[in-house]
Amino acid sequence: MTIIHFTPVSSLLGGLLIGCAVIIFFIGNGRIAGISGITNNLLFSNVNRLDNFLFVLGLILGPVLYQFFTGATIPFVIHSSLMLLVSAGLMVGVGTAIGGGCTSGHGVCGISRFSSRSIVATVLFMLAAILTVYVKGLM
Amino acid sequence: MNRFCSLVSGLVFGLGLTISGMTNPEKVINFLNITRSWDPSLAFVMIGAIAVSAPFFSLVKHNKKPWFAETFSWPTLTEIDSKLVVGSLLFGIGWGLIGLCPGPAIASISFLQHSSLAFILAMLAGFALVRAYYLLQQ
Repeated sequence: MTIIHFTPVSSLLGGLLIGCAVIIFFIGNGRIAGISGITNNLLFSNVNRLDNFLFVLGLILGPVLYQFFTGATIPFVIHSSLMLLVSAGLMVGVGTAIGGGCTSGHGVCGISRFSSRSIVATVLFMLAAILTVYVKGLM
Repeated sequence: MNRFCSLVSGLVFGLGLTISGMTNPEKVINFLNITRSWDPSLAFVMIGAIAVSAPFFSLVKHNKKPWFAETFSWPTLTEIDSKLVVGSLLFGIGWGLIGLCPGPAIASISFLQHSSLAFILAMLAGFALVRAYYLLQQ
């Protein structure tokens, strides 16, 4: 095993900002900033629709704002077939809908509340993801 | 004001994802690739986020209501059931295949890449499938 492209400072800074976003959404609106749930509800529920829309809009504008102020191009590299993209997207959609959360809702908010459900969820999706990358690397 | 909070929270979240490197699927795959060439950076995203929000959640428990809404919507589910287990495993496999989870996927809409749009449409279809299944079960 070798360590590559290590960026602890910017990753920590990004994490601190994500924590701040969680605080703003909860202290202001009383809601957990779980992105799979917010996106899901934006499409299929009338409850808090405008808030969900504005949150998602902000999420999309975040990278735009970053690019505007820094002038840096944000790397986005995927080498996958359309078939794999669609299969993975379906799994992420179905999985987070059944499991009730993703990296933000379970991984950040749930662990921060010491929720045993979220801790189990996070351990499971991390292990599944690591194993998937390992197996894919063998092929 | 609650509208403003929603927008600002989304913006700060999107900025955080971008700065952290989470919006690049290649970096996510390198983070998950612990046995070969490993980029541990993204562990610091979770450490940073939890370092801020864990103290907050333990403090805010004593508050009666949020600033701009009537009540706090604390999650109510506590049971570790098969749905949680199966759903999380399925999500993990999908995440590992491409390197996109819902937050970075949505944030990447701004990059206008065919690959991210295909992934997002499939993810939304996944949400719809589960909704439809639950509706049929009722």
